[in-house]
Amino acid sequence: MTLEAFISEAVSPWMKNEGPESDIVISSRVRLARNLVNIPFPIANDYEHLNDIVTNMESNYSGKKAGPFPDLELFRMADMQSNEKHVLVEKHLISPSLANESEAGAVLLNPDESLSVMVNEEDHFRIQCLLSGFQLDETFANANRMDDWLEEKLDFAFDEKRGYLTSCPTNVGTGLRSSVMMHLPALVMTNKLNQILPAINQLGLVVRGIYGEGSEALGNLFQISNQTTLGKSEEDIIADLKSVVTQLVQHERQARETLLQQSKMYLEDKVYRSYGILAFSRRIESKEAMQRLSDVRLGIDLEMVSGLDGKILNELMVLTQPGFLQQYAGKQLQAEERNERRAKIIRERLALEENKLDR
Amino acid sequence: MLCQECNEHPATLHFTKIVNGEKIEYHICETCAKEKGEHIPGSNSFSIHQLLSGLLDMEPSLKGVKQSSAETGKKAEEPLSCPHCGLTYAQFAEMGRFGCARCYEAFDSKLDSIFRRIHGGNDTHLGKIPKRGGQDLHVYREIEQLREQMKKQIEEEEFEKAAEVRDKIRSLQEQLERKGAE
Repeated sequence: MTLEAFISEAVSPWMKNEGPESDIVISSRVRLARNLVNIPFPIANDYEHLNDIVTNMESNYSGKKAGPFPDLELFRMADMQSNEKHVLVEKHLISPSLANESEAGAVLLNPDESLSVMVNEEDHFRIQCLLSGFQLDETFANANRMDDWLEEKLDFAFDEKRGYLTSCPTNVGTGLRSSVMMHLPALVMTNKLNQILPAINQLGLVVRGIYGEGSEALGNLFQISNQTTLGKSEEDIIADLKSVVTQLVQHERQARETLLQQSKMYLEDKVYRSYGILAFSRRIESKEAMQRLSDVRLGIDLEMVSGLDGKILNELMVLTQPGFLQQYAGKQLQAEERNERRAKIIRERLALEENKLDR
Repeated sequence: MLCQECNEHPATLHFTKIVNGEKIEYHICETCAKEKGEHIPGSNSFSIHQLLSGLLDMEPSLKGVKQSSAETGKKAEEPLSCPHCGLTYAQFAEMGRFGCARCYEAFDSKLDSIFRRIHGGNDTHLGKIPKRGGQDLHVYREIEQLREQMKKQIEEEEFEKAAEVRDKIRSLQEQLERKGAE
């Protein structure tokens, strides 16, 4: 499978709005950090040695049919156009730092993009599994299987006391970061989320907007992940996160119920105003697009809007990011051109789904 | 809308800063955003490693040594560094990252308290052990668990069962010793 095929098949399974609680939980992700023993970490190593790791990965794993994940393919950062990398970042398959900073960086992908192994990011290996909906156990099982398989041939840096050794002290031990992306519009509207957040932080978990810490969450999307990686087993880390996510899902459902009972007209008005803007606007900025998409998505979940599938919103949230817009246009775009393209892509995508509206 | 910094280019970056509950909105163009750099979320923002390095640097002052005397003391001491990759503790504190797996041994004396602060009071791994290379550790863990079990059984006066567990522990220990002798 070529890279073009990876990218032109723009919709990754995790955007498909499937799996348990997929009305609220967008995706589940697990990442394991691993390093080779006796080889300095990427930050303290030179291109030659790091590139040897990539070459070794390529000959041992790329295009191989063996193991739990057949048909893996390796892509070197150096061989990719900057926009191709950008698209992989927006799909959450690689990190911005691998795309921009790692000279000897590479990524091993499986065809359905549920698995990626970043090579020479901050650590030698970052095994990542990503699935749609609330499927933390499954994502962890997949990542763990990949880890076992890699370990058959590779000697990972492991210490009896400290566990898996990582470049950053915040990842040592299990090297496990598990996270869940949630759509929580009702908790935001009712101002309840601010009351819940401090309690979550006390449990060693962290909540952030999907586009980084400290910034306002775009599109009411939040990422909840574990902070502690040392002194707890993988199973306990996953179980703690699951229990908090389960509670957040319940709270979000309750808040939606309350909104429906107390301010149905207000809510319906908000949803349809946003729908109108998405269906007809000629230019739209990313922040507004995310907010409007969130409103309409809530309308779909509450069965106010019919004839629209919730998954097109998941898709559009990714497809309207700058990298995808440029990929679709086939060229670099200025910010204002992006706003126009973004509005156009949304209009066209909605029109595909809903032919009743005359536009 | 024009950029509020240069009033020349259209503003394409919009963000809200909240400091002490006070909201300030920013509307600026890409050029000015790059110049402002560190203040814009997403564009080279304050990283976890910078935060961490603050934490790692706290070490000397925690010992209650005055700044000046700590500095003169440091000069006399051999600076702590990793023999494998050459990273010094000062560099580690500045970057917030280890250079290689051996750094963990080299800086071991300082790591317990750092890990406890980062990982909610924990300094010892309790999770997965690699199948290859970690086999002995599997056995040690199992012995540990069996000891706990035996203790419980003795407390509950189930001595026969406890004796079985004791024998199991013995055979595991012998297994380890045999391996050690090989």
